Amino acid sequence: MAFLTVQVNDVEHHLDLDTRTSLLDLLRERLRLTGSKKGCDHGQCGSCTVLVDGRRVNSCLLLAVACDGSQVTTVEGLAGGDGLHPVQEAFIEQDAFQCGYCTPGQLCSVVGMLDEGGPSAITEDLSTEPVLDAAEIRERMSGNLCRCGAYVNIVAAIEQAAGVAAPVAQAEAVR
Amino acid sequence: MNRVEGRDKVTGQATYAYEYDVEGVAYAFVVQSAIAKGRIRSLDASAALTTPGVLTVLSSADRPELGDTDDPELAVFQGPEIAYHGQAVAVVVAETLEVAREAARTGVRVEYDEEPHDVRLRPDHPGLYRPKVVNPGFPSRTEKGDVEAGLADAVVTVDEVYTTPALHNNAMEPHATIAVWGPDGDLTLYDSTQGPTGHRDITARVLGLPPERVRVVSRHVGGGFGSKGTPRPQAVIAALAARAAGRPVKLTLTRHQMYDMTGYRTPTIQRVRLGADAQGRLTALDHDVAEQSSTLKEFAEQTTVVSRVMYATPALRTDHHLARLDVPTPSWMRAPGETPGMFALESAMDELAIAAGMDPIELRITNEPDAEPGSGRPYSSRNLVACLREGAHRFGWARRDPEPGIRLEGRWLVGTGVASSTYPAYRRPTSASVSVLNGDFIVRVAAVDIGTGARTALTRIAADALGASPEQVRVEIGDSDLPKATLAGGSMGTASWGTAVVRACEALLKNGGKEATADTTDEVGEAADFARHAFGAQFAEVRVHADTGEVRVSRLLGVFAAGRIIAPKLARSQFIGGMTMGLGMALMEQTITDPDFGDFLTDDLAQYHLPACADVPAIEVAWIDEEDPYLNPMGSKGIGEIGIVGTAAAIANAVHHATGHRIRHLPITPDKLLI
Repeated sequence: MAFLTVQVNDVEHHLDLDTRTSLLDLLRERLRLTGSKKGCDHGQCGSCTVLVDGRRVNSCLLLAVACDGSQVTTVEGLAGGDGLHPVQEAFIEQDAFQCGYCTPGQLCSVVGMLDEGGPSAITEDLSTEPVLDAAEIRERMSGNLCRCGAYVNIVAAIEQAAGVAAPVAQAEAVR
Repeated sequence: MNRVEGRDKVTGQATYAYEYDVEGVAYAFVVQSAIAKGRIRSLDASAALTTPGVLTVLSSADRPELGDTDDPELAVFQGPEIAYHGQAVAVVVAETLEVAREAARTGVRVEYDEEPHDVRLRPDHPGLYRPKVVNPGFPSRTEKGDVEAGLADAVVTVDEVYTTPALHNNAMEPHATIAVWGPDGDLTLYDSTQGPTGHRDITARVLGLPPERVRVVSRHVGGGFGSKGTPRPQAVIAALAARAAGRPVKLTLTRHQMYDMTGYRTPTIQRVRLGADAQGRLTALDHDVAEQSSTLKEFAEQTTVVSRVMYATPALRTDHHLARLDVPTPSWMRAPGETPGMFALESAMDELAIAAGMDPIELRITNEPDAEPGSGRPYSSRNLVACLREGAHRFGWARRDPEPGIRLEGRWLVGTGVASSTYPAYRRPTSASVSVLNGDFIVRVAAVDIGTGARTALTRIAADALGASPEQVRVEIGDSDLPKATLAGGSMGTASWGTAVVRACEALLKNGGKEATADTTDEVGEAADFARHAFGAQFAEVRVHADTGEVRVSRLLGVFAAGRIIAPKLARSQFIGGMTMGLGMALMEQTITDPDFGDFLTDDLAQYHLPACADVPAIEVAWIDEEDPYLNPMGSKGIGEIGIVGTAAAIANAVHHATGHRIRHLPITPDKLLI
């Protein structure tokens, strides 16, 4: 057992904890913040993505004791109040989810990603700040899997939230 | 109309099976077999049982009592026999997840008498036999006309073998259950299921309980794609563990365990023989498949049934053969049958078009049937041709040069391909109720929303039937205590549930009272005899790297004819989602079986590659505004599965157009193009 202090969504918690506990299991099983999801427990799907001190991390790969003194933001705390974060609003408007299980991780990943800047693996010109176009968004969001296949709408939602473009896509009937 | 539960899902307030706050809950973790065939010689859980925090261990060493044990996948811990690698052999229950996991991994010592296993499907497997029926009840073999004569008379023929690998559903939410026994012996299961009513009935039978003593709650389900269509072993194990521990128990399978215990799509080896005359009219179609099931249960995917639906031919033979191997039991995965079957048929049609020197769209239109070829029944509606024509227009097909392997942009070879889609429009009996509360309407039906948008579609349907606004309608689903309903599967949820909701709403308007109910058993049973199918056309543009063989899909278009579309925004998402899964099937997904150890090798998301955001281009979807009076009161056909059907063939056909290489064995990985 170990003692730690961690701030989650602006609430401070003092905990005695089994040192084997991941940050994800701390959130879900001890703090009852079940918004963060367990999809693989191996850092392969991104469903558990939260922000630790502003950076997006796979919370299933992080031992909770390594977060002593950290500030953690989960999907429950993204909006910082009763309203919705612009990214959450854009996800609803663009229908950027179906089953919703990967969604909290996608949302935290987007919020973290929009703050990151810098080049990605596909950025051609490393001397200037890259433009956040659809290709850059897809590259930067590829750590968050969605089996329902909502990527097309996720990219549109991010473009909307980031103010890049994207009216709501419509599929129309013909005839 | 946006998804009605959207706000819950983006704020983390939507509660999935493992997330209910149950007082005094204990944690369970499954121990799996380390061999593929044989018997447990000894099982020693003493180390686990002496671990602080461990409450109990269940295994066949102390056989738990069950009711009906006819389903060997659900009759857990009943004996020492091992039928496949990864079969559940024990479960550890402990105060915390950490303790349960540790004790399961290190505290249960299992020794086996191992026997040689047979896990490799092959076309000459000596055990291949013809099952009596294939899923969900089709005849295994059909034949009309003289196939051999038709092939002999043909001007052009195709005779090729196509294979698809084992595929895993991989819903993002792992299969999970919380089991709570009440003081009076009633059981509540919070479970990730596609069908609360069916789950309750089956699980009650396995546990030896009357169904009214069991309640299954599944308000939100994180995807299923067929794998949650029936109860999985973890539900029974959780119930047994909770009974033994005298406490509520929660149990989730790990991603790794899901590969063994929650079903998968069988690998298929398909031979397709086509013959056509000089005008491209089919003279014969012969479609045969070899596939696998476990030694425990017969599950026969209906792979060649699509050939009974698609094209006019005077001679048609379809057949299925099954080998029973020492593998987990395969099961439903999005459009079972249609998905692998249409990869083979639509690849073969592309090959026939090339052999006949015809445009692949014109070849399909040439073979448009007047009635369903396999049955002779009239179609309730069929608009494949309209989908092909509309898609060709949108995709710019008229500009296409059919010559393969000639378009090089930088180091990328570019090509385009087309394939048809199809999926049956089923409906099953369902009950629903609607009541009036303070001017609003409460609709109740034991439907479930696995991501399809069921809540939203049923809200729309009820509002239309009542002449009310959607804001006045509240739909309650995801609970077996609600009026009984069929499952979210077979693309029949909305049609089945919607019919019951409409009838209940009509009854309410008629009786003018506070509540009305409906049961559609008679209506569904009396439906006229039509061939009811949705159709579609898919178009793909791919870029294949000339040096590395990497394939990138740069455009995808799907045009569908699926009756009336009820919730357009969500329907578009469903089609796109299916096509995205089809892209994965085409290029990356495969479950590899290890012949030496008999287990699945690619059993996590680092090795089994799902499409990621960077793999998926902008996908365009459109639909034909189809009127069909022979379906249901909404005039709708299912849309959950047709999106995946045909995508892989469209991409494979585009790869051929780009490179000149015909890839008949999925997935289309670079190694297959660098030969």
